[in-house]
Amino acid sequence: MSMATHLPGTDIRHHTLVVLVENKAGVLARVAGLFARRGFNIYSLAVAPTEDERFSRITIVVDVASSPLEQITKQLFKLINVVKISELDPRDAVERELMLATVRADAATRSQVIELVGVFGGRIVDVGHDELTVSLDGEPHRLDDLEDLLRPFGIVELQRTGRVALPRLERTPGLRPVRRSA
Amino acid sequence: MQLNGGQALIKALEMEGVDVMFGLPGGAILPVYDPIIDSPIRHILVRHEQGAGHMAEGFAHATGRPGVCMVTSGPAATNVVTPLCDAYMDSIPMVCITGQVPFPAIGTDAFQECDTIGITRSVTKHNELVTEAQDIPLAVRQAFHIATTGRPGPVLLDIPKDIVDPKNPRSHLDWHWPTDEEVRASLPGYRPNTQGHPRMIKQAAELMLTARKPIVYAGGGILKARAAEALRELAELCGIHVVTTLMARGAFPDDHPLCLGMPGMHGNYTAVTAMQQSDLLIALGSRFDDRVTGKLDGFAPDAKIIHVDIDPAELGKVRRPDVPIVGDCRLVIEELVIAVRDLLDGGAAFPDRQGWASTISGWQEKHPLTYEQSEPGEALKPQFVLERLRDSTPDDTIVASGVGQHQMWTSQWWRFNHPYTFVNSGGLGTMGFAVPAAIGAKVGRPDRMVWAVDGDGCFQMTAQELVTAASERIPVKVAILNNAYLGMVRQWQEMFYEERYSEVYLSPDLPDYKLWAEAMGCVGMRVESPDDVDAAIQKANEIDDRPVVIDFRTDSREKVYPMVPAGLTNDAIIVDPSQGEGGR
Repeated sequence: MSMATHLPGTDIRHHTLVVLVENKAGVLARVAGLFARRGFNIYSLAVAPTEDERFSRITIVVDVASSPLEQITKQLFKLINVVKISELDPRDAVERELMLATVRADAATRSQVIELVGVFGGRIVDVGHDELTVSLDGEPHRLDDLEDLLRPFGIVELQRTGRVALPRLERTPGLRPVRRSA
Repeated sequence: MQLNGGQALIKALEMEGVDVMFGLPGGAILPVYDPIIDSPIRHILVRHEQGAGHMAEGFAHATGRPGVCMVTSGPAATNVVTPLCDAYMDSIPMVCITGQVPFPAIGTDAFQECDTIGITRSVTKHNELVTEAQDIPLAVRQAFHIATTGRPGPVLLDIPKDIVDPKNPRSHLDWHWPTDEEVRASLPGYRPNTQGHPRMIKQAAELMLTARKPIVYAGGGILKARAAEALRELAELCGIHVVTTLMARGAFPDDHPLCLGMPGMHGNYTAVTAMQQSDLLIALGSRFDDRVTGKLDGFAPDAKIIHVDIDPAELGKVRRPDVPIVGDCRLVIEELVIAVRDLLDGGAAFPDRQGWASTISGWQEKHPLTYEQSEPGEALKPQFVLERLRDSTPDDTIVASGVGQHQMWTSQWWRFNHPYTFVNSGGLGTMGFAVPAAIGAKVGRPDRMVWAVDGDGCFQMTAQELVTAASERIPVKVAILNNAYLGMVRQWQEMFYEERYSEVYLSPDLPDYKLWAEAMGCVGMRVESPDDVDAAIQKANEIDDRPVVIDFRTDSREKVYPMVPAGLTNDAIIVDPSQGEGGR
C-alpha cells in the first residue's frame, strides 16, 4: 500500500476507467488478461453488478501515460462483452474507497487511535485486547492520510477496496456539456 | 422440433451456409460427429488438428467465406492454437468448434481436459463456453456474425460433451433459429462501425488533391473488405501509385502501371523508397507493421497520414494519423471517390505530379529486382524456379506459401494480377502454413489451379496433410524450394552473426522428398537442372487427380534482396549483395 501515496489526483499518470460489461462468467478475466497482454499495470480494481443485473461495472485505476491509455481503451472496447467505457477525470467524478485496518492499540495508545479515527469520521468496527480494527470510507486521499497517521501506532493488517467512481452531476439545469458519442 | 445438441450444432452450421469443414474427431466431440453422417456438409478428415485450422484459413483466404474446423478437447484444442493465432493476426474469418469434457467434470483435470477458453482467449476475436444445449443455435449464429463482421477474426466455441450427447437429458432442446434482431440484442457490446465519418472523408479528399507525392499503402483490409475494385477506381481517378503489402498482394494488380509492388523489409526499392519520400501516405486497411515501417522514427518522415481501418484501435496505435477514418475499406473508398469527384467538379485540380511520376519510374528502371542465373552444374536459383512457375501457370492461379525466404521470393517474383490469389501467413509467420492452406484454398476454389510454394523446413512441419489431400482427391501442387537449410535463419546468421551457422542445416535428401511424396499418395518429382524445370512444371500441371510434389534443389547461398536490416530505417535498404551486407 506504500504506492497509495502516489495516488492523489494530482498525479496525471493515474486514470480511472469505468467499464460497463456484460455480467457473465469470464468477463473479468478477459479484461484483466487484456491489460496483462498489452503490458499495462492495473493499480486498483472494483467490480460489482449495476442497477441492471445484465451488466456489471468495473472501475479500474491504471498507471499509464495518456497515449497508451487511448490504445488500451480502444483494445478494451474491442472485447465483445464490453458495452461502454468512460474515462473519468478525477475533477469531474465522485470517487470513494473503503479501508479496513487493524492497528496496535494497547491501553496507552487506544484513546489516541480512537480519537484520530473519529477526526476522520471513521468507525471502530472491532475491538481486541491490544488491537483495534477501524474502518473509513471516503475519498482515496483521505484514506491515504489516515493510513499515514495510523502507521506510527503499528498497522497489523490493512485492506482497501479499490476506488469506485461515478461522474459528477450537472449543477446548472438545462446546461449540458458537449459529449462525443463513442 | 426436438433435437439433441449434436444435431442442433450441425444443423446450425448448415443454416449458416457451411458446406465444408475440416476436422478430426475424438472422445469429447464424438456426439457431434455422429450427425455429420446424415449432413450434406463435406467433412475433410485431417491428419493433425493444426492442419484443420490452416485449411480453414486457406479456405477463407480464397473464398472470403468463414472457414470452419472442428476438433476434440485437450490436445486437439491445443493443436489448433497456432492456426487460431495465425487467423487472429491476419484477420481471417474462421469458426473453430472444440469438444470439452462434460460440464460437471470441468475443472477436475479430467481425461483430455484443458482450459480451452483460457488458452485461446488472447488468440481469438471471441470465444465462448456453451453451457446449455438450448444456447447452441444462438452461439453458432453469434460466432459467424462476430467472425465475419467488423475486423474479421477467429471465433471459438467450446462444447461440453454432456450438452451434445443424446444419452444425456441435458442435450435435449427445442430447436429455435435466432433472428437477426435476437442476435443483435444478444451482443450489446458489439456494434462495428462501417461508415466513415463524412467530415474526415472530405478532409482526406482535400489532402489527396493537394499532395504532390502521394502513395496508397494498401493492406490486407482491402481484401477483407472486398475493396479491390474500389481501390482501383480511386487510384486511377487520382493517378496515385499503390504499394501492396504482403497481405495485400493481388489487391491491386501487379501489371497495373500504378502498382509498385511490395514494401517493407524485403520490399522492392521503389515501393520502399516511394513510401519513405512521399508527402502523403493513404493507408487503406494496413497497420504500419514493423516489417513495413522499419525503424519507426525514420519511417516516411515527411508524410502526412490518412489512415482508414475498420478497427479503431489501429488508428494511432503505431503512427498518429492526420486524418483517421474508422470504417469498412470498400465503403470508405467509394465515399472517397465521390468526395474527390465533387472537389474536381467544383473546380479543384490535381497539382502537377509529373516530377514525382518520373522519379518513381527512374527508381524502377535503376533498381529492378534482380538475381544472377546459376552457372551450368550449379544448384537452381529459387527465383528462376518461381519465374518459370509463374510463367507456366494460369494468371489466376492461387499460390500459398509458408514462411521464410521462399515466401519473400514468391511475393517478389510472382505477378499477382487478381485478388485472393496469394495465401500466406503474414502476422504470425507460421512455418508449415503452405500445404494445409493450399488444400483449404483448393477445396474452396476447385476451379482454380493451386500451387503451394514451400521451403524444405516448412514442408517438414505439416507435410502429413498431403495424405489428407491424396485420400480426399484434392489435387494441390507443391513446389519445395529445397535449399537444405532453414534459409531465412541462415541468411541472418550469415549477415548478422558472422556466418556462425548455428542449428540451421537440414540436408537436401534426408528425407527423400520424392519418396516421401509417393508414400503419401502423391506424384513425386525431383529437379536439379534448369533444363528440367519446365518439363516438371508441365507434368505437374497436367495431373488433376492427386497431389504433386516437386523437390527443386536450390542454391543454399542465395539470399533475399532487397533487405532493410532489422532496427534500421528504410533508407538503409540494401538492394543487392554488391552493396555489402549492411548490419550495424
